[in-house]
Amino acid sequence: MTPLLQVEHLRRCFGGLVAVDGVSFQVQRGQIKGLIGPNGAGKTTLFNLVSGLLPAESGRVRFNGRPITGLKPFQIARLGVARTFQNPSLFARMTALENVMVGRHARSRCGFFRCSLRWPGQPREERHIRAAAWEFLDRLGLAPLADTPAGALAFGQRRLVELARALATEPQLLLLDEPASGLNTREKADLGRIIRDIRARGITVLLVEHDMALVMDLADEVLVLHNGTVLAEGPPGQIQADPQVIRVYLGGELPRAAAGGELGVKWTEPH
Amino acid sequence: MSRLRPILPFAILALAAALAQLSLRTLGIEYCLTQLTMAIYYAVVVLGLCLLMGYAGQVSLGHAAFFAIGGYTTAFLTTHDFSAIQTASWTGILKQAHVLVARENLYGGSTLSCSPWAAFILAMLLTLAVAHLIGYPALRLRGHYLAMATLGFGLIVNKIVLGTALLGAADGIQGVPDWHLAPGLTVSGKRALRVENYYVAFGLMLAVLALLRNLVRSRAGRALLAIHDRETAANALGVDTASDKLRAFVLSALLAATAGVFFTHYTGGIGPSEAGVLKSVRYLALAAAGGMASLWGAAAVSIALNFLSLRGLFGTYDNAVFGAALILIISLAPEGPLQPLGQWLRRLFGPSSRRVATAAAGAPPSVSPAASNPGAQ
Repeated sequence: MTPLLQVEHLRRCFGGLVAVDGVSFQVQRGQIKGLIGPNGAGKTTLFNLVSGLLPAESGRVRFNGRPITGLKPFQIARLGVARTFQNPSLFARMTALENVMVGRHARSRCGFFRCSLRWPGQPREERHIRAAAWEFLDRLGLAPLADTPAGALAFGQRRLVELARALATEPQLLLLDEPASGLNTREKADLGRIIRDIRARGITVLLVEHDMALVMDLADEVLVLHNGTVLAEGPPGQIQADPQVIRVYLGGELPRAAAGGELGVKWTEPH
Repeated sequence: MSRLRPILPFAILALAAALAQLSLRTLGIEYCLTQLTMAIYYAVVVLGLCLLMGYAGQVSLGHAAFFAIGGYTTAFLTTHDFSAIQTASWTGILKQAHVLVARENLYGGSTLSCSPWAAFILAMLLTLAVAHLIGYPALRLRGHYLAMATLGFGLIVNKIVLGTALLGAADGIQGVPDWHLAPGLTVSGKRALRVENYYVAFGLMLAVLALLRNLVRSRAGRALLAIHDRETAANALGVDTASDKLRAFVLSALLAATAGVFFTHYTGGIGPSEAGVLKSVRYLALAAAGGMASLWGAAAVSIALNFLSLRGLFGTYDNAVFGAALILIISLAPEGPLQPLGQWLRRLFGPSSRRVATAAAGAPPSVSPAASNPGAQ
């Protein structure tokens, strides 16, 4: 079976800086793949390349075996790739529910013409959109916030609403860009449970995250980026013990004994 | 009650319109209806801009030009004498289809010109083409490129209109015939039809309001609002942002041109001042003062201010008073004058206040459609 996502020799520069330099990797169906690396390693750029927000200079991305390089973000979204952003980007003038309703855009059809004339079938579709959005909100325990304007939500709530909105597109692949940043310990624990639940529903997850405890706990496989290239790839245990990874993160050689086990939990980036 | 709720504002507005007409009649100043009718046509332009600016977040400085394209196309086609080409075989077909109709000119001679319906359709097609031509390149990009493109476009249209003898140059086109919309329904400036035309204009505005309100409260309207707030996120959720922006622009241009066509039949002609850039700025300012994303506010503010201006109340200070009124409205009620009024009314009568209270108490609020987006009122 072909992997769900295949990234081949992807490259992107900003001026003289090579942000992503020939990165290749794969994400298997049903996997949670962690993507880590120091700040500036090229993680978010890689996300933007995969979701079509940035054009790649060279290289290729395949989704379900089909090349998606060069497609517009909305086309990639309609194929089944959803993402969240590093800073939750909700539509501030809409309520939480309406935000999630926009997530149903790719799964509904009525355009300008049918909407303005309330064409037969349009009101029913609108009701379905509302009901589905409600369900996605409810699944993350956000139902009480449905009518709250997005601008009035707390930070952690915004992250969850954004996640509900991405899930409402019914993606096959979900790209999460630092979903735990800015969350407190309890919210992080909830998030871990939610991500596991997402995977249990058959959605593949690619996760950029600085909270090592969370990544190592959740991910089946971890990819380490450094200066735009792949530094290491493998199961969490192997990555935690990798001397190269440790050097990159802690800026020096560590005694072998300290590299394993518990140490990984303490790896959090200074902000 | 909940079934009647969406119709309620329209019913109130219709009642207000009838009241206005009756009170003008009893006061013996029914001639004011003429300016009121014109103000309503201008309000249709502002409503279209409201969709474009308040929802899609795009600025157009060329809507007077679209108004003029509608008006001038109609005026030219219905007054120009096409009898010179009568020998061509296809004019017979056009005559049979009532696209070309014989008329009598001022001097009793017979002329052959376009029927108003055909002119209207051609005006719409021309607007559709021009709006795509301007909007397509400008809206592929992010940022206010549309404002610049439409500003240039407005200046060009104004110059073309002023410099073309066929379009009457500085005099414009006069003698535009009546438009028989339907049996017993005529767009005309005749005195006897003044009341009827007031209601025709009002009906048009009500229809536009209903269309736009349906639109903004639907999937397509949410997509526009999403584009306005965060274009990148909207796109990443499957919204084809470029083509949705273009659709909103084209729709608002078509509304402006429609108003232009009606206006031209009503006043019996059109002049180059209707295509002026200052007119475009005025439409834009009115949409802003109405509360951008508030269709009702835009309609109310633009009818009121344009009516007073057309009555000559502001005299030579017209633009200054206009500007001052807009500044006042925007600084005192940035959401539009109807927003505070609406909130006050809702607090007084609406069950929504109780719903807000329960939501605050942590109980799951109801998912009634009425609860959605109070800002879109």
